[in-house]
Amino acid sequence: MADATTQLDGNCLAGPLSEILSVEPTTAWWRCPECARSGPLAELHVYGPEPGLTARCPGCAHIALRLVREGEHIWLTMGGGTGAFRFATSP
Amino acid sequence: MGIAWRRARLLERRSQTATARTLVLTAPDWPGHLPGQHVDVRLTADDGYQAVRSYSLAAPADGDRIELGVQAVDGGEVSPYLTDGLPVGAEVEVRGPLGNWFVWRAEQTEPALLVAGGSGVVPLTAMVRAHRAARSRGPLHLLYSVRSPEDVWYRDHLADGDPLLDVRIMYTRQAPPGSVRPPGRITTADLDEATARLKPASPVYVCGPTGFVEAVDNLLIDRGRDPVTIRTERFG
Repeated sequence: MADATTQLDGNCLAGPLSEILSVEPTTAWWRCPECARSGPLAELHVYGPEPGLTARCPGCAHIALRLVREGEHIWLTMGGGTGAFRFATSP
Repeated sequence: MGIAWRRARLLERRSQTATARTLVLTAPDWPGHLPGQHVDVRLTADDGYQAVRSYSLAAPADGDRIELGVQAVDGGEVSPYLTDGLPVGAEVEVRGPLGNWFVWRAEQTEPALLVAGGSGVVPLTAMVRAHRAARSRGPLHLLYSVRSPEDVWYRDHLADGDPLLDVRIMYTRQAPPGSVRPPGRITTADLDEATARLKPASPVYVCGPTGFVEAVDNLLIDRGRDPVTIRTERFG
């Protein structure tokens, strides 16, 4: 995969999301609230690089989630305007 | 919670092209993986700075051994170190296997089409090798786009006469002498020939740089391929 990151896809979220989810994330089904397109998380368009990743709808670019690492914390924002979850990670 | 980082030791490094390497590592207690999956690799500098990158697994599960395909990116922070700097015997951390979406399973018996752009051939080679190891009956068709003959990875694995594996290499800049197909990017004609041998529900796996994946995806959909049969992985 890329070193100098440009645009990736939801496949690359498998590792980062595994730190806070107990299920495999890339096969999760997602429906865009903006354009109603649906598909697996793997097909979202992901913009980086780490430590900040933004996953967008492949159809209309609506934000599906943001994942930001900050030290021993991971911030997860679902969609837009819904607040953020902060998870503590074990070092 | 989460998939633990584990130490992995570099056993062997094989050159694929002038700038691409296969890294063979041993990862104790590796749980196994499916062809198409990847790992995250973490490097830690003396000052504690860490960098994480994702690399596809190039071989089917084989005990504690894993093979990664790494292309050195010009000016890259991690990949040139992995391709040419990391000493054999040294350790890195790996996390995986990762990703259950872009995978091929041995119980799939329909013909499948694999479309690779450049280093996108890495996870598709794992599928080819797993297909052979499982003596799977469904034919595989691989379309592989590279710049020139010097850029072909895994030549030994892709050209061994397996009757159920059909490999077509498409050169974008320089084709070998005697090639019928003129050098150029993948076209509708390239895909038509391959998709004609598929069933409507046959899976198509597309892996490569983002622009390549988008182009192939669009060509397939323009030709009437059902989007739910197309699985993609972008390398950026």
